[in-house]
Amino acid sequence: MGFPAGIPLELWIAAFLALYMAWAIGANDVANAMGTSVGSGALTVWGAILVAGIFEFCGAFFAGGHVTDTVRKGMLDLGMIDRDQLIYGMLASLASAGTLLIGASRFGLPVSTTHSIVGAIVGFGAVAIGLDAVNWGKIMQIVLSWLTSPLLAGVIAFFIFQITRFKVLDTKDPVAQIRKLGPVFFFFVFFIIGLVTLFKGLKPLKLDLNLSQALIGSVALGAVGAGLGIFFIRRVQLGPVDERHRFSQVERIFVVLQILTACAIAFAHGSNDVANSIGPLAAVAHAVQGMDLGSKAPVEPWMLAIGGIGIVVGLGTWGYRVMETVGKRITELTPSRGFAAQLSAATTIVLASRMGIPISTTHTLVGAVLGVGLARGIGALDLRVVGKIIASWVATLPIAAVLSIFFYYFFRGLLIP
Amino acid sequence: MAWIDKLVGKSPIKPMQKHMHVAVLCAREVLPLLEAMATGDDEAVRDRRAEIDRLEHEADQIKHEIRSHSPRRFMMALDRRTMLEILDYQDSIADVTQDIAELADQRRMHLPEALKEPVLSLARQVVAACEQGQRIIDELDELVETGFGESEVGRVDEMISELGRLETETDAQLDKAARKLFSIEEELGVATIFWHQVIRQIATLADLSERVGNRLRLLLAS
Repeated sequence: MGFPAGIPLELWIAAFLALYMAWAIGANDVANAMGTSVGSGALTVWGAILVAGIFEFCGAFFAGGHVTDTVRKGMLDLGMIDRDQLIYGMLASLASAGTLLIGASRFGLPVSTTHSIVGAIVGFGAVAIGLDAVNWGKIMQIVLSWLTSPLLAGVIAFFIFQITRFKVLDTKDPVAQIRKLGPVFFFFVFFIIGLVTLFKGLKPLKLDLNLSQALIGSVALGAVGAGLGIFFIRRVQLGPVDERHRFSQVERIFVVLQILTACAIAFAHGSNDVANSIGPLAAVAHAVQGMDLGSKAPVEPWMLAIGGIGIVVGLGTWGYRVMETVGKRITELTPSRGFAAQLSAATTIVLASRMGIPISTTHTLVGAVLGVGLARGIGALDLRVVGKIIASWVATLPIAAVLSIFFYYFFRGLLIP
Repeated sequence: MAWIDKLVGKSPIKPMQKHMHVAVLCAREVLPLLEAMATGDDEAVRDRRAEIDRLEHEADQIKHEIRSHSPRRFMMALDRRTMLEILDYQDSIADVTQDIAELADQRRMHLPEALKEPVLSLARQVVAACEQGQRIIDELDELVETGFGESEVGRVDEMISELGRLETETDAQLDKAARKLFSIEEELGVATIFWHQVIRQIATLADLSERVGNRLRLLLAS
């Protein structure tokens, strides 16, 4: 990797902006995902931060490379862009997405970092460099996936909820049923995480497993997961049977499963969203180091580590406040629903990460929750929120693009030799 | 991801159950009201009426809250229109009870000894029907929990059938009470009309409870 002795200003700025974004992602998104588990009393705030930190970091480090590559060099035709243009543009994209992030938290808008960064890169590419510089095919694929990912998550969530409904909730003895089925879900989650990690995921550690090796490893990891599942499910204090709320006991077991899927979300999130901060940083680093822009040089471990650490620091310095707030909020999403939605969202996101497609975690989760709602599993869903998300989805792209064009000329003026 | 919390709106199920709970508490007050009317204690009747007014008012407030928190933009596990219809029936239970108490207090009605047994046993039967209605509404959260699963729906269906049987029995009690009333209409005079009104209103409470069940059954069948 060869770090140059004197680190140039461009890289300092890029690293700072990337860290800021990773920090913000950790402070908000991740904390929110774990918050429900804190609220159910199953995890303490710091326990949740520890668990989320580990899974988020693993997701970023082992499975974050594909999406990072897409952000770094997949959306632009690097043959048409010179080194300086790329540096200014990527800095501008980070600044643009960071500004939107601040605006989003200031005004409480559902802005996705993924959409901001994609909009920003397309913006500076198309306007500052030229329409041909943008790899429109790839952009179409990404935009299409923003439609399909919530859809897919919704469909999967619908079926996962149907499984819990027919196999657990609507049976004579739901508690006995979930004790049987719970470890199977544990197996599934660990298997999936294992697969994306082991199959071409250990490159940062210079370990390249082929598919069959990865499969064997994943099955082993799944088995460990199942064992953990049996252990944790057995430890659940069921409490007395309440005739008025006959499902309180089975929901207590679902709390354990919801913690599991919150971890899966943390992993998936790390594998996808870390690219929003690390992709541009990697591009700048490669350009600064004088490498061939379109080179196949992989994302280096230290970059993924920066992203992972940024997210973990965000969790630790600010995320705990978010968790405390989320934890105190009474959520109407019962553990069995949260479980179904999170499991399907995590699966969808990990799949997208593996394909190198940057998608929005929040949108995928919203799709998943709607899927459970369509199965008549949720008391009330406020469809206005869906409208708001779609509106901000549409608005984010041009705003991010305009901001990034502005920052592009700003950085060019600032940094031009 | 805070948006997930905003997406999952406040479920109307618990408030619906709370409303039914208050409405049935109100209906239950018919028994002490009739006892007070039997002893001829106008002061006690007024106290019972005050309690019924309080409960009716509480039910009203819950009703308004449910209505204002169930906008059309909500996608609900229970069909919105059906739910509001059920809410109306539930609310009528409290309203009709209030009508009974109002008349009893305003006319200072005293329950004649001859009517005491048939009217009280009618009222007891009616309260039983209302309580069955409440048990059914208490199952709403279990229905949603199982995503309207087959066995849970079957369970609730059976409870609704039981409510139907209870309501049929109140019809027989109403018949008995009315016959007794008309057998002494000479001595009661104009009060007969008002007593007829009171016992019919008492019977209406069971009828409303049954309608709550029947409307829910339609929803389950769909």
